[in-house]
Amino acid sequence: MRSGCFFHFHPFLFFKDYYHKLNKCLININYIKCRRFKNLIQYMKTDLKNILIIVTGLLFLSLPTLAQDDTEIPANVIQNQKCFKCHGDKFYSFFNESQGKQVKERMNPYFVFDSATFYSSNHKSFICTDCHSSDYSNFPHDGNLRMEAKFLCMDCHGGDDTYAKFNFEGVDNEFHQSVHSSRHDESFTCWMCHNPHTYKISARNTENLTLTIAYDNAICLNCHADIDNYQMLTEKENPNVLETHDWLPNQKAHFANVRCIECHAQTNDSLLVAHLILPKDKAVKKCVQCHQSNSILMASLYKFQSLERRNKAGFFNASLMNDSYVIGANRNIYLNIISLVIFGFIIMGIAVHSVIRILKK
Amino acid sequence: MSERLYLYPVWVRLWHWTNAILCLLLIVSGVSLQYSNPEYPIIRFDIAVSMHNIAGILLTLSYFVFVIGNLTTSNGRYYKTQLNGLFESLKKQFIYYTIGIFTHAEKPYPVTKDRKFNPLQKVSYLAAMYFFLPLIFITGWGLLFPETNLTNVFGISGLHLTALLHGIIGFFISVFMFVHIYFCTIGTTTLSNFKSMFNGWH
Repeated sequence: MRSGCFFHFHPFLFFKDYYHKLNKCLININYIKCRRFKNLIQYMKTDLKNILIIVTGLLFLSLPTLAQDDTEIPANVIQNQKCFKCHGDKFYSFFNESQGKQVKERMNPYFVFDSATFYSSNHKSFICTDCHSSDYSNFPHDGNLRMEAKFLCMDCHGGDDTYAKFNFEGVDNEFHQSVHSSRHDESFTCWMCHNPHTYKISARNTENLTLTIAYDNAICLNCHADIDNYQMLTEKENPNVLETHDWLPNQKAHFANVRCIECHAQTNDSLLVAHLILPKDKAVKKCVQCHQSNSILMASLYKFQSLERRNKAGFFNASLMNDSYVIGANRNIYLNIISLVIFGFIIMGIAVHSVIRILKK
Repeated sequence: MSERLYLYPVWVRLWHWTNAILCLLLIVSGVSLQYSNPEYPIIRFDIAVSMHNIAGILLTLSYFVFVIGNLTTSNGRYYKTQLNGLFESLKKQFIYYTIGIFTHAEKPYPVTKDRKFNPLQKVSYLAAMYFFLPLIFITGWGLLFPETNLTNVFGISGLHLTALLHGIIGFFISVFMFVHIYFCTIGTTTLSNFKSMFNGWH
C-alpha cells in the first residue's frame, strides 16, 4: 500500500511543508496556552511571590520555544532522516538479531541519495513515503515492495492548474513523439532524465546560463556518456559523444555554451524546454542555423537569458542592455534578395531622376 | 511664389530632427545587427544593440510628442486627407514628378498656408507616421519583451514572425528615408527645403 493520503488531502504539493509547520505550530500554541492558564488560576490564589516565580518560569519556558522556532527543522527532514541514515551513505549498520551483533554492510550505490542534493531539488519538501510505500519504514524491507509501480510525473502534475505554467501536458506530448519514447518501451519514463530525488528546474531560475547549460547537458550525458546507464535501455554500444561531434569546430566551446537539445530537439515556444528529441539524422548540423540566420537559440536558450537579465537588472536598464537577443534570426535569403532588388531600384530611380533634373535645369 | 510662409513651428522642427537622427541611428544599428558579421561589423555588436534599444525607446517617446502635437495644434490639419478624388490628385502629382518637373511645368499642388504637403507627400507621410511607425514600435517592444509574443501563430513561432515583421517594416522605413531625403532636394534650390526645416520658413 502506498501512503497516498497526502495526495488526497493536499493536492498542492508545494504547500505540504507549510502544512506540517502550521500543524505543529497550532499544537504548540494550544498546549502552552492551556498550561499557562491552568497554572495562573491555581497560583493566583496563593501569593505574589509565587506569581512572580510562575511568570519568570514561563519566561524561561518560552525562551527555548522561541529558540526552537528559529532553528526548527522541517518535519519531513526529521522523518526522512530515518531513510537517509542508511540511504544517504555508502555503508549502513544494523543489529543482526540472528547473529546477535551489530553488522555493517555496503549500501547498493544505486539506492544511495545525497540528502543535500535532495533538499535543494524540486521535491525537497517531500517525505520519502509520499512516493514510496510506508511499509519501507520497517527494516528489513519487505522484498515485494520493490515490485510496486512507481509514481510518474503526470500522476501528480498532469491536469493540475497549479502547474499550468510548466505545461506538463505539452512536455508529455512532445516526449511521446521523441526518439526516447518511440524507440523504447514504456519503461523509458521521465525519471530516466529527471531523477525525482535530485532534479531541479534550471532554465527558469537561472542566474548563470553557463551553469544551466552544464546542468541540462549533464542530464543527457548521464546516459550518453555512461555505458552502464546507456545499456540499461539498449544493447547497442554507446557512441562516443566526442567522436560523433568531432566535426563541430571549437567543440569544447559549443558544449559549454549550447545545450544538447538546441540541436537535438525540435523547438517549441509554448514549452520552456523542448522535449521532442529528434532522430540523429534530423539534428541541426548546419552552422548557419545557429549563426546568423539563427532561429533555434533565440526561441529557446536565449529567450530565458533575456528574460532573466531583465528581471535581474530591472526593467529599464536591462531593456537598454539586452544583448541576449540573437539577431539575424529573421534573416532570410529570399527577403535579402527582394530587399536588395527594391533598394537597387530606388537608388537607380533617384540617380536617373537627379541626372535628368540636372540635364533639364 | 516668393512669398515666405512660416510652416514649421519650433516644436515641429525639434521633433523632426530628433526623429530624423533617431531613425538614422536605428537604421544603421539595425542593419548592423541584422547582417551581423564578426569579421566585418558595421558597429560592434554590443554597442549596436544598446544603440538600437535606446534609440527605439526614445523614438517611441518622440512619436507621442508628434501625435499629441498634431492633436493639440493646427499642424494636424496638414495630414487630413479626403478620399474623394485622392487617386486623381496622386496621379497628377506623380505625373508632375516624372514628367512635369523636367519640363518646368507648374506645380499641381504648390505649398500654401493651408497646404504644406502635396497629395503624394501627404499619403506617404500618413503611411509612414500612422502605419509603419506604430507597427515598428509594437514589434520592437515585442522583441524587447519576448514573453509578450504569441507562442504559436499557425505553427510558426510568434517571436520569429515579430522579428520578421520588424525587419521588413524597418526596411520600408529606410526606403522612405532615402526617398524623403532625395525629394527634399526638389525645392526652389537643392538646399532650400533643408534650410526651411531649420529656420521654419518655407
